[in-house]
Amino acid sequence: MSNLAKFKIDGVECMAEAGKFIVEAARENGIFIPTLCNMPGVKPQGACRVCTVRINGRLMTACTTPIGDGMEIESNKPDLIDIRKSIVELLFVSGNHFCPACEKSGDCELQALGYLYQMMVPRYPYDFPLREVDASSPYIIKDQNRCIMCKRCIKSVKDEEGRSYFAFHNRGDKLEVVLDKVLGESMDKQTAEKAMESCPVGSILVKEKGFAKPIGTRKFDRKPIGSDVKL
Amino acid sequence: MSKPVIATTSLAGCFGCHMSILDIDERILQLFDLVEFNKSPIDDIKKFTKPVDIGIIEGGCCNSENVEVLKDFRKNCKILISLGECAIMGGLPALRNGIPVEECLHEAYIGGPTVQLNTKHILPNDDELPMLLDKVYPCHEIVKIDYYLPGCPPRADLIWDALVALITGDPLKLPYELIKFD
Repeated sequence: MSNLAKFKIDGVECMAEAGKFIVEAARENGIFIPTLCNMPGVKPQGACRVCTVRINGRLMTACTTPIGDGMEIESNKPDLIDIRKSIVELLFVSGNHFCPACEKSGDCELQALGYLYQMMVPRYPYDFPLREVDASSPYIIKDQNRCIMCKRCIKSVKDEEGRSYFAFHNRGDKLEVVLDKVLGESMDKQTAEKAMESCPVGSILVKEKGFAKPIGTRKFDRKPIGSDVKL
Repeated sequence: MSKPVIATTSLAGCFGCHMSILDIDERILQLFDLVEFNKSPIDDIKKFTKPVDIGIIEGGCCNSENVEVLKDFRKNCKILISLGECAIMGGLPALRNGIPVEECLHEAYIGGPTVQLNTKHILPNDDELPMLLDKVYPCHEIVKIDYYLPGCPPRADLIWDALVALITGDPLKLPYELIKFD
């Protein structure tokens, strides 16, 4: 077992296979590091920075940094929590996140992070950008108001030939994740469900399926995000 | 010592947050033991008659009247609380943000599919009517707000716990279930 790495997270002794990404290694040791753009089975990209930790005094993304022997990681520190909270707040103000009217409310990972960090109000002014809703595909709705550009759908929802159903379009503040017009036409219901599942927010919705679960029974109604990790 | 004075108002809101205040059920009797209400739809006092300790604001600012009332509250209240999503982020009225006001008015009064009786294509334009703002503003972008209670509506227990903590000075420990954005 020579490839085992010993490391510390907030002073807690942990052990995991060397080379594993910190988020996964922490999870195996019962420590939750929040993520948003990361999803199991997809190559991590470090896009959202919500998993920011401090290693040897430097801020790193825990989803893309492999674990090394003797690493000392700080995660649950007040300043790091404030950094994560500010990222969540920036995501809230940069799009149009109307939780009361969102079909994904209660199951939304962005909202769950807002709850986790007790975000009462974002510290930044709201942008209220004008964005479109694309409902041209037979099975899904792509609501650009709620998209946080995490790329989870681009990376995980593909057809048999490995082509992505979703892609980036435009640049800078006009950047958006769009559904491929041709592939979108042929998307079946199962893939649509998978796409909705891949979306951490309510940007990809399966048509005719809104508000399926009553309030109180949704994923983050009673338990905070990450409560499945605690040992 | 005299009782703390509370005032409440609903700006661009649906009165759902006020309903949630009433949702504290029989504790409303305790509340009336703890505080005195001044300007509020609950007791129908229309104007401030004395300095107020806690002002509770429901709804964001969508027109000039909302801004005026909000500034009046700031002037008369020591502490202001934004109650609910509309006060905090504009809420559903803010769905019009990003769309020009002219387009909104046209859709509502002239071109919309359900507009049938307005054959003379009149847009409401009376001096008595408050002017619409270019967009719906969260309250804290107009005046300083001291505390925020999110939710649509905020849970009755959240309102109760927060008010009691504020009045008694006891530390506030909010359970996870009480802070929700919907």
